Amino acid sequence: MSGRAMRWDETLLPPLMALAIAAVVGDLLILAFGASPGHVFGLLFEGTWGNAYGFGQTLYKTTTLVCTGLAVAIPLRAGLFNIGAESQIAAGGFAAALAGLALPAGVPWPIAAVLCLLAAAIGGGLVAAVPGALRAKFGASEVIVTIMLNFIVLAFLNWVVAAKLHVPESLHTPEIATGGVPRFADFISIFHGSAANVTLFVALALAAKMWWYLFRTKQGYELRAVGLQPEAAENGGVSLGRTWFQAMLIGGAIAGAGGINYVLGYKHYYEEGFATGSGYIGIAVALVGRNHPVGIVFAALLFATLSQGGLAVNAVVPKQLMDVLQAVVILAVAVCVPEVRRVLRAAGGRAA
Amino acid sequence: MSDATAPAIALSGIAKAFGPVQAIRNASLTVARGEIHALMGENGAGKSTLMRVLAGMFRPDGGTAHVEGADVTGWDTADAIAAGVGMVHQHFMLVPTLTVAENVMLGREMTRGVALDRAGAEAAVRALCEKTGLVVDPARKVADLSVGEAQRVEILKVLFRGARILILDEPTAVLSPPEVQELWRVLRTLRANGGTVVLITHKLDEVIDISDTITVMRAGETVGRMATAGTTPADIARAMVGRDVALAQRVDTGVTVAPRATPRLEVRDLCVAGAERAQAVDHLTFSVQAGEIFGIAGVEGNGQTELIEALAGLRRADAGSILLDGQPITACTVSERIDRGLAHVPEDRHLRGLVLDYAIADNLILGRQHQYAGTWNLDFARVGANAAKQVAAYDIRPADAQLPARALSGGNQQKIVIARELGGAQFPAVILAAQPTRGVDVGAIEFIHARLRAARDAGSAVVLVSADLTEVIALSTRVAVMYGGKIVTIVPGDAATPLELGPWMTGAMRAGAA
Repeated sequence: MSGRAMRWDETLLPPLMALAIAAVVGDLLILAFGASPGHVFGLLFEGTWGNAYGFGQTLYKTTTLVCTGLAVAIPLRAGLFNIGAESQIAAGGFAAALAGLALPAGVPWPIAAVLCLLAAAIGGGLVAAVPGALRAKFGASEVIVTIMLNFIVLAFLNWVVAAKLHVPESLHTPEIATGGVPRFADFISIFHGSAANVTLFVALALAAKMWWYLFRTKQGYELRAVGLQPEAAENGGVSLGRTWFQAMLIGGAIAGAGGINYVLGYKHYYEEGFATGSGYIGIAVALVGRNHPVGIVFAALLFATLSQGGLAVNAVVPKQLMDVLQAVVILAVAVCVPEVRRVLRAAGGRAA
Repeated sequence: MSDATAPAIALSGIAKAFGPVQAIRNASLTVARGEIHALMGENGAGKSTLMRVLAGMFRPDGGTAHVEGADVTGWDTADAIAAGVGMVHQHFMLVPTLTVAENVMLGREMTRGVALDRAGAEAAVRALCEKTGLVVDPARKVADLSVGEAQRVEILKVLFRGARILILDEPTAVLSPPEVQELWRVLRTLRANGGTVVLITHKLDEVIDISDTITVMRAGETVGRMATAGTTPADIARAMVGRDVALAQRVDTGVTVAPRATPRLEVRDLCVAGAERAQAVDHLTFSVQAGEIFGIAGVEGNGQTELIEALAGLRRADAGSILLDGQPITACTVSERIDRGLAHVPEDRHLRGLVLDYAIADNLILGRQHQYAGTWNLDFARVGANAAKQVAAYDIRPADAQLPARALSGGNQQKIVIARELGGAQFPAVILAAQPTRGVDVGAIEFIHARLRAARDAGSAVVLVSADLTEVIALSTRVAVMYGGKIVTIVPGDAATPLELGPWMTGAMRAGAA
């Protein structure tokens, strides 16, 4: 449909420029630490893509970021800035753990896993429904509400776990009885020790589903129209409030679903802070991926690589350098990608 | 440097591009001192861009600019103001909470020590008012002024800075006929005092009225220069479009379809709140029959926008009811109204009419998307077939349905809206046409008028709101005048003239109730 409306040079050039800028700044920083950029990037590659364990860890982080990236991108396509993926994924993980704890151990794991996934989506969706409803009904800024909810929801979850559910001497819940999903290491032994698990395919399926939803369905057509030009969409019979609510709900549910990556795929319990930062990096993933599901998969892979790579280069330069590099990518994207400037301006205007 | 015999303005071979769009390519303009010069052209011809180059807002890519003999190519706005060139824009740039005098001196405040010299400023503004004939009280707040008065403040502001060359961009778009006459008087006074005026407009009758010389632009080029004396509107129109055109003329506006028992649209005691006024539409009652074009004239901002939005379902009606073919639709959503046969050509196609970043094909189904969808999927084969049909039937150019609407000219964008709203299998029951030809070239105007007449003859009821009085009179079966949220008079279309409607539009004449 928007075949020629979307030009490749206009679509790909800005994020590639941003990456080029980030690479140059990264080189300068590495030089400032007295190390050789070639050596550091070599280590980075070796620690992420160069061996099965590192690659597995990278894929594990990618899985989470694909979900939080989509969670930001879908509302953004409708013109809303979801800063709340951070608490939505936590609520999703918590709901998955609760469901897993509630199910009797006799339930076969595939059925339990699906039920836990649904619980996770509902958990994340509920958290996102609040700002969605407040925006739709009262015009409350979703930026403010999602930020505030991050504090409230995370504090609430910490309290519930600490007061009611934790295993003594820990900050996590008991292990779930059933619903754990296979890790890659279960099939391919060289992945041994890495957290990568079949949740990756859930995330990729969600990305594919969202591509279909955005670009092939009537709802997607309406959602994108609302984001591009709300007045025209309204004149085309689209309810702005309902679309905003739906977009937040879908975003929250996907973020929530991302919570199973840890709870079902890795540790089999909910732990405070299991996905700290992934909601915020999800914003960068969505922007670098230009709110396109395919772009988001690649952007998630990039940010996961940088994050995992921080551990690999730690011996030569501080691993925080990779955090700085991620921040540089985000800043460069903010400068290079036109819709980011538009979104920031719109969000600032409403918040003011 | 200034040469007393040189023309006031001499632009030669000016070119200016914005990204890939060549706004003007080869524009030349010579304006003698002390004349009123009309710069004519369709919207998008490059008139405003050319004048912004002259006022120092844009740097030209090529060509030269001379003012009073001095080479000023590529100067900036500060230079232009210093040299006595001032431009009054289509959109006002006034601070509503400040007084007239404060607005006028903004940027070159008069002070006594560190304090603002309000009394001095007011006296200076009052003196300028008297000299130019621009009547406005310097002590009043701009927020309390009418649009016509606000425009006078804009002109005063420019003159206060010492402008000898005044550029006015479409100044009459927001004025009623008597206010236009008032403006002409002021411009003639300025001319008598040695001032030079460049008037940007696309209205033919105005040009004949006021200008000494005319320069016509088409597609970014200046294509003709003529003395106004001895020129006819048809000559100018031909130069603007490059071919003969049928100027908006009143033809066969009588009702030709069989009458129905119920009017197609009935509005009873409708009250609608606006952004500025609680009663933007104030207890309005009217009905429109099948085969009728009901024209609504009036100065902009008298409730027309709110009325149309309430009829379309975009704005809540506080009281009253709306009936379509006898069925109440007051509580219906926009989408339900569309399904019942209500079509809406919005006044601002860039805001409400089109999603500019959507392809032409996608814009052609906006509002009717559920007709092209199953439970989930849009049927892109049918979307494409519809687009191919409409692009051909409405001669939308370029004829590539995958181009974003943004890439099209104003006239072609409006054709997308018209094709979508009027181009279904059958004509809609009721058509709300708000400013259907605003910013559209003469050729497209002809076409849009023909479509509205065709819809009327097929039995549609058309509500036409337009700031262009000629258009309202040319098309309407009946003409209503809105003032202050009320319909103050309704006259048969063949009895309507600007002279007759003018006093009603300004509120100088009022009936007891509408």
